[in-house]
Amino acid sequence: MRFLLLFSRQGKLRLQKWYTPLTEREKKKIIRDMTTMVLARQPRSCNFLHWKDLKIIYKRYASLYFCLGVESQENELLALEVIHRYVELLDKYFGNVCELDIIFNFEKAYFILDEFLMGGEVQETSKQTINRCIENSDMLQETMEEYMSKPAF
Amino acid sequence: MPAVSKGDGMRGLAVFISDIRNKSKEAEIKRINKELANIRSKFKGDKALDGYSKKKYVCKLLFIFLLGHDIDFGHMEAVNLLSSNKYTEKQIGYLFISVLVNSNSELIRLINNAIKNDLSSRNPTFMCLALHCIANVGSREMAEAFASEIPRILVADTMDSVKQSAALCLLRLYKTSPDLVLMGEWTSRVVHLLNDQHMFQGVVTAAISLITCLSQKNPDEFKTCVSLAVSRLSRIVSSASTDLQDYTYYFVPAPWLSCKLLRLLQCYPPPEDGAVKGRLVECLETILNKAQEPPKSKKVQHSNAKNAILFEAISLIIHYDEPNLLVRACNQLGQFLQHRETNLRYLALESMCTLASSEFSHEAVKTHIETVINALKTERDVSVRQRAADLLYAMCDRSNAKQIVAEMLSYLETADYSIREEMVLKVAILAEKYAVDYSWYVDTILNLIRIAGDYVSEEVWYRVIQIVINRDDVQGYAAKTVFEALQAPACHENMVKVGGYILGEFGNLIAGDPRSPLVQFNLLHSKFHLCSVPTRALLLSAYIKFINLFPETKVTIQEVLRCDSQIRNSDVELQQRAVEYLKLSSIASTDVLATVLEEMPPFPERESSILAKLKKKKGPGAVSVTELDDSKREGGELNGGGERAADTAAMAASNASTPSPSADLLGIRSSAPMGAAPAAAGSLLVDVFSEAGPAAPAAAVNNDGFLFVCKNNGVLFENQLLQIGIKSEYRQNLRMYLFYGNKTSVQFASFSTTVSCPGELTPQLNVQSKPVEPLVEGGAQIQQVLNIECLSDFSDAPLLNIKFYGGALQNLTLKLPVTINKFFQPTEMTSQDFFQRWKQLSLLGLGSALLDNVDPNPENYVCAGVIQTKGQQVGCLLRLEPNAQAQMYRLTLRCSKESVSKRLCELLSQQF
Repeated sequence: MRFLLLFSRQGKLRLQKWYTPLTEREKKKIIRDMTTMVLARQPRSCNFLHWKDLKIIYKRYASLYFCLGVESQENELLALEVIHRYVELLDKYFGNVCELDIIFNFEKAYFILDEFLMGGEVQETSKQTINRCIENSDMLQETMEEYMSKPAF
Repeated sequence: MPAVSKGDGMRGLAVFISDIRNKSKEAEIKRINKELANIRSKFKGDKALDGYSKKKYVCKLLFIFLLGHDIDFGHMEAVNLLSSNKYTEKQIGYLFISVLVNSNSELIRLINNAIKNDLSSRNPTFMCLALHCIANVGSREMAEAFASEIPRILVADTMDSVKQSAALCLLRLYKTSPDLVLMGEWTSRVVHLLNDQHMFQGVVTAAISLITCLSQKNPDEFKTCVSLAVSRLSRIVSSASTDLQDYTYYFVPAPWLSCKLLRLLQCYPPPEDGAVKGRLVECLETILNKAQEPPKSKKVQHSNAKNAILFEAISLIIHYDEPNLLVRACNQLGQFLQHRETNLRYLALESMCTLASSEFSHEAVKTHIETVINALKTERDVSVRQRAADLLYAMCDRSNAKQIVAEMLSYLETADYSIREEMVLKVAILAEKYAVDYSWYVDTILNLIRIAGDYVSEEVWYRVIQIVINRDDVQGYAAKTVFEALQAPACHENMVKVGGYILGEFGNLIAGDPRSPLVQFNLLHSKFHLCSVPTRALLLSAYIKFINLFPETKVTIQEVLRCDSQIRNSDVELQQRAVEYLKLSSIASTDVLATVLEEMPPFPERESSILAKLKKKKGPGAVSVTELDDSKREGGELNGGGERAADTAAMAASNASTPSPSADLLGIRSSAPMGAAPAAAGSLLVDVFSEAGPAAPAAAVNNDGFLFVCKNNGVLFENQLLQIGIKSEYRQNLRMYLFYGNKTSVQFASFSTTVSCPGELTPQLNVQSKPVEPLVEGGAQIQQVLNIECLSDFSDAPLLNIKFYGGALQNLTLKLPVTINKFFQPTEMTSQDFFQRWKQLSLLGLGSALLDNVDPNPENYVCAGVIQTKGQQVGCLLRLEPNAQAQMYRLTLRCSKESVSKRLCELLSQQF
């Protein structure tokens, strides 16, 4: 896997994860290409595209597009399910996840992704195991009361 | 306020994010700048920030960065967070570092330190964070610091989650710096992770990615993994859908692990051990069988996961190239071609392309031709149509070529612009490769030009002409067909080019009643004014050929050539052609004309340049090897056998009057086509045009350089192509100007020069030069300056090597006229001084300044000079005593260094 991008229907980037070193310039170019290419697709088209030497696999969930760039020998269908599993993990964590959850808790979205994928490879596919990890780390954190007592600036 | 905040939310961050949301771009920037100022002041403030605040601000910076703004501070605070004992602070620190890696070496050291501490902390959560950070950054520095440490963590007795992270972290480092990851005792232990019956699936899932990557580079070291992978796969495939608990994904047992195992097996040939092989075949059959079973769930995830395994299994089957399994796979894919899921149709088309190249499944793929053609016509999604076109191309052979080419042609009429050029190339290749009947080939290419003229590249129309020239059975048909095609009121310029060329060569074959010579000429000429300069040039050549073919057209054509718009055309090429052709037609006898304008001889057999173009377009690997071999074989047939491959050189010479089109067809695109100067340029054309012609002249032209001992300017070298002029002057160093003149009207490409000092000369001379421009236009001259410093006295000359491409690769080596006397500095001295020094220098001498009133005998010449080398100055005195009666000279040299006087003596004695 080379990268994962999440963007809204308006083309606003919500999450970016890169698995190979790229310059900021190259990243911006890819983001631009992906959003224009994917957003221009007709509904009910297939979920796969060729772009340069990569395969692009994308899927839309509500207002968010999930877009994966993978090497040409990778399995497209499995990549679609990588996206789906990630959505499930987000959903399980946030409870009916929506775009706002990802905006306001972007760091959590990264942490969850890191439990699932590492260096562009699937690390752990068990939903239970991943959720247990995330819950464990949330246990190290505080309660809602503590949260509300914090300064709001 | 935040919609949701869970766990350790940062209230200040949430407020900031909601502040920014839905703001205009300017307001957003304003708010961000305010926040950046705030954070900066907090970080710089006297009061030490607590961990929470630091974390919150670092997180805000990260958010701002992810919005697309630059962040130039906060790295240090993030690094500080790494050493916090609080998990959440550490986590944010690592996140910031992973996203905003800074190659700042000082920071990298600090980061590596923090990672080292966490790796040795024995706290699995901290270890995982550190491993993730290494994998995310994955830089060379990180690899240097940790590549030896991670294998130890991987095989140590640690928690599964740590093992998983270590495996993938190592994989990442191996991908960036394979040299730093050393194989060792740990590798066999990693392979045996596959073995453990009760091993947690997650560890295997992670480890197998590492094993796959390592075994691609070191297959022998990891050979044992094959049987382990087979038994693991077999267990999964035969397990009930609930056996693997949480590793069952929508009723499919362990799809990720299964696919990774199948991928690993693709790194190796089929297992040799019969039992293992049998077990594996059984697995593959089970997977194929399962595809026929009714789905266990209606959810798309179920079918995706199941089919992901199926496609991976098919990849392995293709890799093994096993007939029975291949045919089964092909049938399965055939079903998918009509599946209601677009994704499956797409993948089936894609997979079948590979199947089409195996001899065992090629026929099976062909049975689906109607479905694929239908897909090309009816699929709504362009990317699916593209796959269908690819598959048609792959499944094409002699039996179905006509049908496929016809379908592709009709698709071209409506095809998306983005894929037209590629489609055109594919049609052209198929038409050529499978042509049995050349009239069909000609029709196809002309149709191609008619339908998609703009996308027909030069290679395509050159090729049709080459083939028509080489096959006399199709020439009449081709002439008739282009004649008809040109009847259309609007036809593409490429059609005019092909038409002009073919009628010019073979118009006589069809010159019956409705197509009388004049009708043909008028038809061509009616297109003339609409065409670009190169096409007009080609048409002019066709006209002169007409004069030869049909003497009755001579008057009409001469009139056309004579009119001002031709003979005074502002384009020099057109004007030259008009003038020369007019002259040629009026002075040459019919016999001469017939010889000069003879029909083109066959082109030498060569690989289709169209195929090369397609390969380049699609990138390596897009055209499979079998395809290439195929086209070579069949291409040979098409060209009418290799025996006829005429000597290109001879052809170029005998057809000097139409050099431009022939040059183009040979694939040497000259920007300014050669003007027709038939007789004189004959021999030149051989050099310029023939790729297969005689070897480039003068690989080592040797000039001994004595010519330039006493001369500073002149022509160093000259042949038919190139002239090299030289000018040198001495000012502390020797400065030499080289002028390279292109004597032809064709551009020289890849022009390069190198100056070398062979052998002993290296420590004696220091030559500096600037590279020259790689392109030298016809008739142009370029200049190069050499700066030569003399380090110590020398006798050899530096070599100048010139390489360029002008028709053929030219390679010249010349001696540069750099001699020791070029480094003379003249010296004035009196008679007394001279003879005093003369006596001091017991040996020979040479002087460079001619001194008057020095020698008592006024007939004698005396010179004095100092040779300036970097190492030392060598004084030289010279006395030349002519004896007019005996017609002899006595030359005496005296220098402060013996070797110098010897060399000077050699140089000077050659001059008399």
